[in-house]
Amino acid sequence: MNAIIPLVLDTLSSAALIFFAAVGLTLVFNVLRVLNVAHGSFYSIGAYVAASICAFIVSRHLNPYLSFVALLFSAALVAVVLGPLIESTLIRWTYGKSEAVQILITFGLFLILEDLQRMVFGVQSFYEDTPMRLMGSSSIGGVVYLNYQMFLVAMAVIVVFGLRLLIKHSRLGRLVTAVVADREMAQSIGVDTNKIFILAFSLGVFLAALGGALAVPTSGVAPGLGADTMVLAFAVAAIGGLGQIEGAALAALIVALARVLAIYFVPSLDAVAPYAAMLIVLLVRPYGLFGAITTRRI
Amino acid sequence: MRAILLIGAIFAIVVAPMAAPWLQFVLTMAIAKGLAALGVAVLLRAGMISIGHAMFFAASAYGVAFLARGGVSDFGLLLVLSVAITGLAGAVVGAFLIRYRAIFFAMLNLAVSMVFYALFAKLYGVTGGTDGMTIPVPTMFGIVLSEPTFKAILFYGSVALMVVVGLAVHRYLDSPLGHALSAVHTNEVRLEYLGVPVWAVLLVAYIVSAVLAGLGGAIAGFAIGRVVPDFAFWTASGHLVLVAVLGGIGGVPGAFIGAFFLELLHTEAAAFTDAWNLIVGAALIGVIMFLPKGLYGLLTRSEVSAK
Repeated sequence: MNAIIPLVLDTLSSAALIFFAAVGLTLVFNVLRVLNVAHGSFYSIGAYVAASICAFIVSRHLNPYLSFVALLFSAALVAVVLGPLIESTLIRWTYGKSEAVQILITFGLFLILEDLQRMVFGVQSFYEDTPMRLMGSSSIGGVVYLNYQMFLVAMAVIVVFGLRLLIKHSRLGRLVTAVVADREMAQSIGVDTNKIFILAFSLGVFLAALGGALAVPTSGVAPGLGADTMVLAFAVAAIGGLGQIEGAALAALIVALARVLAIYFVPSLDAVAPYAAMLIVLLVRPYGLFGAITTRRI
Repeated sequence: MRAILLIGAIFAIVVAPMAAPWLQFVLTMAIAKGLAALGVAVLLRAGMISIGHAMFFAASAYGVAFLARGGVSDFGLLLVLSVAITGLAGAVVGAFLIRYRAIFFAMLNLAVSMVFYALFAKLYGVTGGTDGMTIPVPTMFGIVLSEPTFKAILFYGSVALMVVVGLAVHRYLDSPLGHALSAVHTNEVRLEYLGVPVWAVLLVAYIVSAVLAGLGGAIAGFAIGRVVPDFAFWTASGHLVLVAVLGGIGGVPGAFIGAFFLELLHTEAAAFTDAWNLIVGAALIGVIMFLPKGLYGLLTRSEVSAK
């Protein structure tokens, strides 16, 4: 029993972070039908901004609890600044174009964002664990764990249910559903699709940046984070079925479990686990666990 | 007109290192990447985008390293064997992946290449982990070569290979098999109704693309003298697609034009800026938006207007 508790806790908390990396990608794909290769960059930008603001708070000896506000604020800041700007310039241009074009345009964006981060934040890694230390630790059955891990899980659960509420039970959510179902029809009855796209894309950016910000206290941020997160997000989104938010949550659990099991039993294979899981699932179910099968065009 | 331009360009490539010896390594790498990008371009003809072909690039370079460690030291043998192994790997991987289209094809290639990358980075005892493996200077017909001599032979061999392989791929794309590839892009079901086995068309294309990437990888491995797992990282695969699209996938020279353009620009730009990815990213977006046929499209368009 004592061996299982840390395994479960590790799986849950790492699943939460993995989920944050992927949920925005899958949400954006669901609404915009664009696979955003630059998504991982929003995650790392969120992490850099959060680390900078937290470091500022600590250096000025402000109330350390402000760092929690800083985590949320930095994600919102990244979303408000980058979301509308990128959607209305680059992403909008790719609507209705082939997947190859969409992937390449966003890959170009990824390259640009990676270099911009390097120019602004430099190449050293940041580490800021104030929020984690403030929360302290507890123990279940003699196993000590960090409260921050549970905080991450709670945040992920809130996001899953929040998104569900937003999409199924709000006016905005119904508009989004209408646009997803039939873009032209929605336009013709007066839905401002451009506004919906900007909102959805910015929400995706926000979720990615939030994930990055929340990851700072546990693992810090270093160059290369964006590229690493990108493939992980791909794997999770693909396993869950592109565009499926609950699917992404389940896929994050699967990937986290595979990774934690690998770390416990075959440590040398921990980095292989997520991609191996993706490969196996996609070979059996190419549309992911929850993905809908689309018919071929004739 | 175009043929004269291309012959002139090849002549310029051959004589350039005589004037500026540092160009030899840059141009060898450009040819290596051009070959791999050509492989990606072959698949792009069928509308299939692979974000995983750096895996074959790396696999071939690792093949050379392993064979060299195992006692094979002849240059020709190393090249042929490692490319053959890569082609075989391409056949196996391709047999699974050609069933998928669009994003799913792209993502599965990504998944396979990342499994490859993670394995080679983690199995320290076998592959040297992230330190990679050294590739020693090979012998040629039993003659032991000094490093500068080998690098010179490698360069001229690569130029010859580029011409021969380029012509072969040109023939392939112009054959019924190659035209079927573009037809897959336009309308796959129509092709099936015509009785053309789409899977066979795509499998051949996949193997050809893997072999091309393998050729490039082996040359790059010889030129650098070392292979590291980063050869197979997904951004490297992305760069191969980038080179292909930048040059233009309309014809064989496109991939090489893209590769030469990027490598030379990189060498020049490195002197005064380190924001290289930013420049390349912006160039990629610019080319896709304003030059859908790539840099090679500029060349072919001017020919049409000249008539």
